[in-house]
Amino acid sequence: MKVKMLSRNPDTYVRETKLDLQKVPRNYDPTLHPFEVPREYVRALNATKLERVFAKPFLASLDGHRDGVNCLAKHPKSLATVLSGACDGEVKIWNLSQRKCIRTIQAHEGFVRGICTRFCGTSFFTVGDDKTVKQWKMDGPGYGEEEEPLHTILGKTVYTGIDHHWKEPLFATCGQQVDIWDEQKTNPICSMTWGFDSISSVKFNPIETFLLGSCASDRNIVLYDMRQATPLKKVILDMRTNTICWNPMEAFIFTAANEDYNLYTFDMRALDTPVMVHMDHVSAVLDVDYSPTGKEFVSASFDKSIRIFPVARSQSREVYHTKRMQHVICVKWTSDNKYIMCGSDEMNIRLWKANASEKLGVLTSREKAAKDYNQKLKEKFQHYPHIKRISRHRHLPKSIYSQIQEQRIMKEARRRKEVNRLKHSKPGSVSIVSKKKKHIVAVVK
Amino acid sequence: MTASRAAKSVLALSQQEELVDLPEDCPLNVSEDEEDSDGERKHQKLLETISSLDGKNRHKVAERSEASLKVSEFNVSAEGSGEKLVLADLLEPVKTSSSLSLATVKKQLNRVKSKKTVELPLHKEEIERIHREVAFNKTSQVLSKWDPIVLKNRQAKQLVFPLEKEQSAFAPIEHVLSGWTARTPLEQEVFNLLHKNKQPVTDPLLTPMEKASLKAMSLEEAKMRRAELQRARALQSYYEARARREKKIKSKRYHKIVKKEKAKRALKAFEQLRKVNPAAALEELKKIEKARMMERMSLKHQNSGKWAKSKAIMAKYDLEARQAMQEQLAKNKELTQKLQVASESEEEERGAEETEELLVPDVVNEVQMNPDGPNPWMLRSCTRDIKEAEAHEDPEELPDPVAHEVSESEGDERPVAEEEILLKEVEERRSLRRRSELSQDAEPVGSQETKDSSSQEVLSELRALSQKFKKNHQSRKPKASSVSTGHQVQREEPALEEEEPLLLQRSKRVQTVEELEELEKEECSQNQEFLRPGLKGQQLERNPNNLPNAPKEKKKKEQMIDLQNLLSTKSPSVKSLAVPTTLEEMDDEEERDQKQMIKEAFAGDDVIRDFLKEKRESMEASKPKDVDLTLPGWGEWGGMGLKPSTKKRRRFLIKAPEGPPRKDKNLPNVIINEKRNIHAAAHQVQVLPYPFTHHSQFERTIQTPIGSTWNTQRAFQKLTTPKVVTKPGHIIKPIKPEDVGYRSSSRSDLSVMQRNPKRLSASHKKQLKKNSVD
Repeated sequence: MKVKMLSRNPDTYVRETKLDLQKVPRNYDPTLHPFEVPREYVRALNATKLERVFAKPFLASLDGHRDGVNCLAKHPKSLATVLSGACDGEVKIWNLSQRKCIRTIQAHEGFVRGICTRFCGTSFFTVGDDKTVKQWKMDGPGYGEEEEPLHTILGKTVYTGIDHHWKEPLFATCGQQVDIWDEQKTNPICSMTWGFDSISSVKFNPIETFLLGSCASDRNIVLYDMRQATPLKKVILDMRTNTICWNPMEAFIFTAANEDYNLYTFDMRALDTPVMVHMDHVSAVLDVDYSPTGKEFVSASFDKSIRIFPVARSQSREVYHTKRMQHVICVKWTSDNKYIMCGSDEMNIRLWKANASEKLGVLTSREKAAKDYNQKLKEKFQHYPHIKRISRHRHLPKSIYSQIQEQRIMKEARRRKEVNRLKHSKPGSVSIVSKKKKHIVAVVK
Repeated sequence: MTASRAAKSVLALSQQEELVDLPEDCPLNVSEDEEDSDGERKHQKLLETISSLDGKNRHKVAERSEASLKVSEFNVSAEGSGEKLVLADLLEPVKTSSSLSLATVKKQLNRVKSKKTVELPLHKEEIERIHREVAFNKTSQVLSKWDPIVLKNRQAKQLVFPLEKEQSAFAPIEHVLSGWTARTPLEQEVFNLLHKNKQPVTDPLLTPMEKASLKAMSLEEAKMRRAELQRARALQSYYEARARREKKIKSKRYHKIVKKEKAKRALKAFEQLRKVNPAAALEELKKIEKARMMERMSLKHQNSGKWAKSKAIMAKYDLEARQAMQEQLAKNKELTQKLQVASESEEEERGAEETEELLVPDVVNEVQMNPDGPNPWMLRSCTRDIKEAEAHEDPEELPDPVAHEVSESEGDERPVAEEEILLKEVEERRSLRRRSELSQDAEPVGSQETKDSSSQEVLSELRALSQKFKKNHQSRKPKASSVSTGHQVQREEPALEEEEPLLLQRSKRVQTVEELEELEKEECSQNQEFLRPGLKGQQLERNPNNLPNAPKEKKKKEQMIDLQNLLSTKSPSVKSLAVPTTLEEMDDEEERDQKQMIKEAFAGDDVIRDFLKEKRESMEASKPKDVDLTLPGWGEWGGMGLKPSTKKRRRFLIKAPEGPPRKDKNLPNVIINEKRNIHAAAHQVQVLPYPFTHHSQFERTIQTPIGSTWNTQRAFQKLTTPKVVTKPGHIIKPIKPEDVGYRSSSRSDLSVMQRNPKRLSASHKKQLKKNSVD
């Protein structure tokens, strides 16, 4: 008589080592796994809720300055090093991993207006209210040595900003005009002006390095070509632009932080219409910096908050604020795309996660897979009302919240007025101006 | 004070005078007279100045008192001021000169006029503006090279940062070797070997041998070789493509023809070879013989395979199957046939040539020959061979007799045996015919036939074909009339002849309608193989005549639900008894007007009917459905064509309860969707999100799950790849031209600046000016 027995090959269920995962035989028959959409929807909902639960972006506050932090600079070679200049002329170098100040320099009398590092990371430049440009070594002085700048250039006017070329020993300062300096010379090799006004900031294009952008207090943004030593074009906006920042992945895109609470992303070849108007701030935007991936940027505002905007969207995806953070003057996105630093009026530099709910540290592969899956689920169901509501919900300080309400009312009133005007005027007599173009006064060739 | 000043001025004046007058004194013959006059004049002046000291006529215009032909170039006297200048006076000197010169002067004048004056240099601001514009255009051009990359990065499914790949640095071997010496015996041995073969250990990367070989081949030679190789490759690819194309051709007939052609060619080649190189031909023969032996050994074409058996079963009914079987047998025959003929011919070459004169065809020969042979097996096979050869020659002629045979015998003989019988019959008939033909035609071709059996085969094939053709022609007419008499006559005829005339005859008969009907009936009862498209068309034509009633009825029904009727129906909710009749009339009028308007507006399409239809449909859809729980075959017989009894069906039918009345029951012009669930709506997307253009797209994306519950691990990973991947702790630098394959600009910005190219060519400027004007 034949006896039938169950027999299994141990290869199919025995692990090779103890550390391996248990093999789980799977049957992918769709009838065995019904309700895929509702199940995934619930998963997405949970993922969204968990994201909000874990959203704790604030990491550290670096204190030590004795006056408001006026400018920040990243080290080009070291992720942990950050430089900051304060309103009392002090420059501090910080180590982010230790969250400590490594070095303090009394660089200027009065404000440190601008600070920038050399592309190789061996030295940095500062400009101050005392009409000087100073070059400093990145490493501190040896024992017994005096803290002294490598070079000091005494100018005729106050410099309000500085930026270093991305490849060559050149830097640009701004004040009454945009000057381009060779590091070795005490006179600018080229100075460019277009009209007479104080220029508040100048920035080199990181990709096409001969391009410069500047913004002046007569409400305009001017682009320069360094090689041809000439300005290229000027666009005049409704209000003053505080600073601009070039996209590090798209050579012709830059974003301007404006006093009218908005940020404008321009294609520099077509200045008459901004590519996107980013509006969520409720006060003047003071600084802007792109993420190194070029997909997002962070802006610092006078309304005591910083916001993160995707480049292609006009609404911000994130807003950071704390009770103690005052007007944020400067902001930087670290070059590993993970953190954001902001310096504010109340003498502190704050460190934030760029992705609020991200887990720091090394992830196991399963954690990573789960994270990716959750991310994809959130993306897939982002248009569903519940999920949208939860993912968009942010707590805001009362002042910002009420201002947002107020501005909403104002905006609505303005819109209504415009519609009424259009309605009650002779057809054709009132032209409709698109929202994007509304803020552009003129483009000067 | 004044006096002293006056004296000074006088002195100064006198000096000036001298200076001024110097040119006047230029002529060399300075006479005393003039000196005197000079003195006089000075004196005069002096007087004048003194007189002017009193302060009266201080500003007296210097004037000449003496008359002189010479007019000083410094002082123009106004003596002749009373006279008027006339143009004629001016032209006088021109008139006096010749007329020719006048023309030249005119010409010169014209030339001067035509020449334009040099333009004023542009305003400084204008120049700057032009500079800026040029620079801007240049830079935007430079920047637009980034467009494709930016677009690509924006659309990329995944971007991995940092962008630049860390290249694993390859250290050249000599660098590695320089700091390394052989220690172990094995290493030393290897090194010795290397040295012995002059392998380069340091800088030069080629061995002396390699260098020599490099030198050996000149450039031209190499080029030629390369060209040759290229040509060969091109040819090869061409032939390959052709072979592939030919392989794809599905036509069996084509392949048959090709095969035959090939056989012919091979034969020819063999003949040639025999003439040229007998040894090689023998070799070839041996090969053929070997192939034959192999074939005899194998069961390949013996009608014993799976396919052959299946075909044998089918052969009863299917003409093609029969043909295929016979073909296979014929092939076997062909392959196993001994090539004794060739050897015979050789013998003949050696000895008797009389056999050539014998004009009897092979078939006959062989049949006659075979009885002499002692082996009855061989005898049988031989006859069969011939039969099969014949069958191979024209297989189309066979089928009908086969059918006949099969239908008559209907025994449970094995198919192969049937085949044999069949073939025998055919053979007999064919040989008879052949003989008669031979006697008729007595073609010389037959006499010239070589003994080679295969070549004869080809020829005979040709002959058979021509005969077939003839026969067809002959038989077509009589058949047309004769086929109708019945099957008995047909049976005697070959199949091919039956087939075509049948078709012909059918197409003729169709012309009369009654016949067609009959034919249709017949066909229904028989088989419908021969129903041709033409027939069908006619059938279709006829159909509408036969069934004119059905559509008419439909039309009537449609007319019943007419626009007028619909419009006249009133909503019951509108009517109320309380409203006075006059008002109602007014309403009626208004309504009529409105309806008229609607009717005019939608003259083409019947909107109201559509709407009503839609509403009815939605009502139907929303009604709860009855549930039928009858199980066929439960408690009674079940199976094909059996239905559960009505009693049972009634018993197990669960009637759905009448739902609540529809909300739009009393609203004739409204459809209210009752499916909408408020609780579910909170979880549903209300507006189609941006990138999607149709709700079905969006639904599809939602419906495809991405979790590992529904997908394999690989698919899951692919579906959940993040859009941006960054390495922790790595600095992401701005994109560089080198990262995306562009050449970075070789000149540094600094060097360009120092050259200061702030100059524009004149043409450029002009062009720009034009642009700015536009």
